[in-house]
Amino acid sequence: MQAMSKPTVHSTPARIIHWAMALLIWSLIFAGLSMVQSLQTWQVELLAIHKSFGVVALLLVIWRLIIRLTHEQPELPKDLAPSQKRIAHLSHVLLYVAMFAMPISGYLMQNAAGRPIEFFGLFTLPAIIPVNLSAYGFFRETHSWIAWGLVALVVLHIAAALHHGLIRKDSVLQSMLGKTKD
Amino acid sequence: MLARYGVIGVVIVGLVALVWAVASGVGQSEVTAERFVDMQGGQNPHAGFRRAHAKGFCIEGNFNANGALSSYTTADAFQSGSHPFTGRISISGNNPTAPDMAAGVRSLALSFGEGNQTWRTAMNTPPVMPVGTPEDFFAMIQALSPDPETGERNPERIQAFFASHPETQALRNWQASYSPSQSFATETYNSINAFYLIDENGNQQAIRWAVAPSSETSSSPAIAINAENPDALQEEFAARIQQNAVVFDFMVTLASEQDDENNPTIPWPEDRETINAGQIVITGVSPQAGALCNEINFDPLVLPEGMAATADPILRARSAAYAESYRRRARETFLGQGEDASHE
Repeated sequence: MQAMSKPTVHSTPARIIHWAMALLIWSLIFAGLSMVQSLQTWQVELLAIHKSFGVVALLLVIWRLIIRLTHEQPELPKDLAPSQKRIAHLSHVLLYVAMFAMPISGYLMQNAAGRPIEFFGLFTLPAIIPVNLSAYGFFRETHSWIAWGLVALVVLHIAAALHHGLIRKDSVLQSMLGKTKD
Repeated sequence: MLARYGVIGVVIVGLVALVWAVASGVGQSEVTAERFVDMQGGQNPHAGFRRAHAKGFCIEGNFNANGALSSYTTADAFQSGSHPFTGRISISGNNPTAPDMAAGVRSLALSFGEGNQTWRTAMNTPPVMPVGTPEDFFAMIQALSPDPETGERNPERIQAFFASHPETQALRNWQASYSPSQSFATETYNSINAFYLIDENGNQQAIRWAVAPSSETSSSPAIAINAENPDALQEEFAARIQQNAVVFDFMVTLASEQDDENNPTIPWPEDRETINAGQIVITGVSPQAGALCNEINFDPLVLPEGMAATADPILRARSAAYAESYRRRARETFLGQGEDASHE
């Protein structure tokens, strides 16, 4: 039977990229929130690091989507209510949308401002839209709203994961920790 | 079971509290980019306009570099040749229709190149900064602002600020000796903060620069202005450029070992080596509404490869404050809330 062949844990590449991006996304969010208000001397370097790692995040989420589409996912527990399954599915779709929209809106807002995006000082990425104040206004605000949406989604995601791991004690949290729930 | 819910609650509340703390600047200086720009914009900010230096116009032209600095920097703009720029001439203040002659500071901003050779600079008439940190700058603007109750500046508060900030002396000396010229073309505009030139071996040389009227521009016949006309200087510049290009010399001063490039309040001695790097030739003007100079932020920390920022705290703070002002006017422009300043 097909269901029997479903994996019980996420694949190793999926787990590595999940935890790496968790660390990266939190770092980028904290860097972003502090650098937009700080007038301190480190602000300039933090902005440069934020942009470079933002490009890394875009590359990683592309790779992650490929992993997601090419590796079989563990199934959700059978006793989970259909409505909860739908919410779980929707929240993952939204997480992917936000993970793409964050670096893309950041990239485009820099283009619209006519500011270069350097990758760790190694090379400069091309601008794909022209300089435009109104477009900057749109992408700058979008970048901020998606950041808050992503924070909300990640907090919900963590709460749900802990609920699965500590309250329901099912296979969901275990599958990302790489442990088989027996 | 209850304890397990407790663990989840602590994790979630802790995370939300951490995000809130970082977002609201807990543990940081209370002078943030937002507060700074709030104060610059005043009580009734002009939507769609820069919060500082709101009134200005766009210019275009070329920097004809002579290559004299090519051994100090790999930046394109200083290699021998003609480098096109877009730029902006403006006056200080948050009012986009303020009278030109009343402003205390005049500015020239330039934007060169693209990609890793993008270079933005915003230069002002004073050669030094009054204070050396953003916190002191914030306190100074507060001291200089009109009292909200009387609507007047408070001379005692201003005196008290200067008395407790002796580093303001060089700027005050300049103010005492400065008389505004009758044209934007005959002012000298200073980088104020210091920057590094970086050569192909990675060696750094700290510099400041001044863009000073060339002999041909300063000797060209003056155009009479009506000081009562709020746009007197804008109209003078437009009339002048119809006749001739406006030309400035790009004078770069090299710091010596004794100079502190991270302190913008101290002028460097007159005998420092100064190199003429070429000429800024302004050939065109246009109103800022809808023109390229209005679309960009002249953040002085957008530097080309071959130049770098010093650790000067004021220079570093300019970037975040300009970004906040830019964000606000961009949002207002996107939302169609921008004011119309028709005679600009």
